[in-house]
Amino acid sequence: MEILPILSTLRRHKITAALLILEIALTCAIVCNAVFLITQRIDRMNMTSGIAEKELIRIRFASIGANDNKYARDQEDIELLRQIPGVTQVASVNQVPFGNSSNNSGIKIDPDQKKSTINATNYYGVNLAETLGTQLVAGRNLRPDEYIDMKTIMSALQAKDDKVIPKTVVITQAMANRLWPGQNPLGKPIYLDQTALYVVGVVKDLVRPSIWDDSMAKYSMILPARVAEGQYLIRTSPGDRERVLKTALEKLKAADPHRVVLNKQVWEDVRTRFFEDDRAMTGLLVGVCVALLVVTALGIVGLGSFWVAQRRRQIGVRRALGATRGNILRYFQTENFLLATIGIVIGMVLAYGINLFLMVHYELPRLPGSYFPIGAFSLWVVGQIAVLGPAMRAAAVPPVVATRAA
Amino acid sequence: MFGYYLDLALRSLKRNRVLTALMVVAIALGIGASMTTLTVLHVLSGDPLPGSSTTLFNPRIDPFSMDGYEPDKPPPEQVTWTDGMNLLHAARADRQALMTGGAVPIQPTLSSLDPFYTDARYTTADFFSMFSVPFLYGRGWNASDDDGKARVVVISKLLNEKLFEGKDSTGQTLRMKDTSFQIVGVLGDWHVNPHFYDLNIGDYAEAEDVFMPLTTSRDMKLPLNGSTDCWGTGGDPEHAENTPCVWLQFWVQITDPAKVEAYKTYLTHYSQEQKTLGRFERPPNVALLNVMQWLDFKKVVPSDVRLQTWLALGFLLVCLVNTVGLMLAKFLRRSAELGVRRALGASRRDVFMQLLIEAGVIGLAGGVGGLLLAYTGLWLVRRQPSSYASLAHLDVTMLLFTFVLALISTICAGLLPAWRACQITPALQLKSQ
Repeated sequence: MEILPILSTLRRHKITAALLILEIALTCAIVCNAVFLITQRIDRMNMTSGIAEKELIRIRFASIGANDNKYARDQEDIELLRQIPGVTQVASVNQVPFGNSSNNSGIKIDPDQKKSTINATNYYGVNLAETLGTQLVAGRNLRPDEYIDMKTIMSALQAKDDKVIPKTVVITQAMANRLWPGQNPLGKPIYLDQTALYVVGVVKDLVRPSIWDDSMAKYSMILPARVAEGQYLIRTSPGDRERVLKTALEKLKAADPHRVVLNKQVWEDVRTRFFEDDRAMTGLLVGVCVALLVVTALGIVGLGSFWVAQRRRQIGVRRALGATRGNILRYFQTENFLLATIGIVIGMVLAYGINLFLMVHYELPRLPGSYFPIGAFSLWVVGQIAVLGPAMRAAAVPPVVATRAA
Repeated sequence: MFGYYLDLALRSLKRNRVLTALMVVAIALGIGASMTTLTVLHVLSGDPLPGSSTTLFNPRIDPFSMDGYEPDKPPPEQVTWTDGMNLLHAARADRQALMTGGAVPIQPTLSSLDPFYTDARYTTADFFSMFSVPFLYGRGWNASDDDGKARVVVISKLLNEKLFEGKDSTGQTLRMKDTSFQIVGVLGDWHVNPHFYDLNIGDYAEAEDVFMPLTTSRDMKLPLNGSTDCWGTGGDPEHAENTPCVWLQFWVQITDPAKVEAYKTYLTHYSQEQKTLGRFERPPNVALLNVMQWLDFKKVVPSDVRLQTWLALGFLLVCLVNTVGLMLAKFLRRSAELGVRRALGASRRDVFMQLLIEAGVIGLAGGVGGLLLAYTGLWLVRRQPSSYASLAHLDVTMLLFTFVLALISTICAGLLPAWRACQITPALQLKSQ
């Protein structure tokens, strides 16, 4: 429609129009990047763990006094936990997914390598895979008879005695794909320092306890070492968890009162705790986006009102010459749409620039093209809503204004 | 003249309340968001020990095997037991302390309290004097306690309040792992942020509750906290003294800047000597950073916080562009009034000044609003789960900075509209009336 007259009017308000375009461009650029950051964080928070989260409980104890026999205590505890009605699986483990504290090793695929190929985390504990509910995709899980006490392994390593050191390991699919892309990992060796371990099974997914690089989040191994560190995983049906947790704590406390509880959590709490920083940052980013759009909208309202007031006589003349209210309304809407479009185009370029800066300084991936329409759409909508008030006021200007002396 | 302009500004702002409110709100939002994030950044990148941090150094050497050797890689951040003890006993610096983190099980004598675990630091005698740790009661232990694995502890003010209701507890006993320790000192208020001497515990962790000689903790086999980095066959944490693992932090104090280079040379000589003895395999690779250099090297300020600061500054920019637009609209609407003033003899400069003062008033109002928003923002930050959350408080410097930032940015925003309004030709304005 009437684009040319709009452009010629805007040419007479260069500075104000330019400022509005600049504001829209900046908002668009920041919103595009912020929305991208928000989806990144949401993806992270929804990271799959590969375990039966809805059925798990975690309990961690620390002993208070001098500890005589950790392994005997551990066996007794596991028996007690198994007897609780509703409990299907129990494991005594060294670390838990999303638990933060972790034990990791450098992995080589050739013993003569100078540098390790990847860094992966070590999960220890009899019955760990069965309790966590990891999904086996190839080979088998570790058998109970393969497990050896951690204490024994440590002294064997010191004495360089190969006989008792475990020879088997279960790894994740992500790790197998990274080490031997496109090959069958079963039977292949990996090396922890000079110790060779042969892959007997592959699980679909098992997330690490602590994640400092999301691309390595799934590099986990399950090793046949028996530990007694006072950390228990219990699996039961989702509805039973609160009751089982309560009973378990009572029973374990009664069996050995000489210890304190460090953690007692159902799995949702472990996950919530792990991602709390991401959640806070997401909230903040959403807040900033809303605030930016509100400020921009207020700016459009302010400048729109100014223009309408300035052009009252002009509007009156147009109305007197036969323009309808609808024409006037559409005039201001089109004007805003034009300004927003120019702003959005500049904003895209800016958004790309900001993304380059973030890629260099914060190791973020490239902004996918699909985020540009989000920024564009939100600014078009905000612009149209904001300009509606001033435009309606403009449309309400009576034709009689034209006849009055200025 | 200033008073008159101020009066004019207030009148003009009152005449157009909605537009004025829009401008003030925009500035306040921008300033509030920026000040919130800048304050967090300021607090987190602060000096943990103002005054003495430039004399404290973290000596690093490289005891690793040739496995994974890269010539330009910085040396490890911790030391082995053997090297730590060697450097400690060589005593080449003015003061030195070897330490590691741990957790101790406390068995309170009060029956109303259940046993509990708390964070501990296992260290050597110089720790307290080196880091200027304040004492409420008693003092630290001495080198002979270190050698004798004495059962002595220093406890924090908080723990003293919990166990002894804040009374002087020196000379009393503290039971841990079924053993009695004698309390020799109680700390005063001591907050080190960041927790620079051992970042493995958490960059902004609180200072520990229990301090005891490192040798005692090893003798008692107390649990360790922190990070252990091994090479070769690795090792059993129960016998960490003999393992090829770095797990201890070593700090020295060198008060004379001229001696810093000498200490670095000493570290190179030490590495060379250990290589000759066959203990080290790599060529000497040493580093000696002071506290602030160390924090910079470790990139302690969370990247989320830096990102938030950029975000807030971007937001402030949008708010300022918005204000420029609104101010321009406001000033140009008053063309007629300004034309009359010009015709009556006011120079361009006078009009310019008048408009800038008006911008300043908006800036000041925006600053006050921004300050309130920053207080709210920081309150929200403190409710966040991050370890540094509780540190987010506005200090006097940041308070003044808020007003300066608000004033300067608004006056800058006012420059273009004021200049544009000065360009009005008085005759044209008078004619069209």
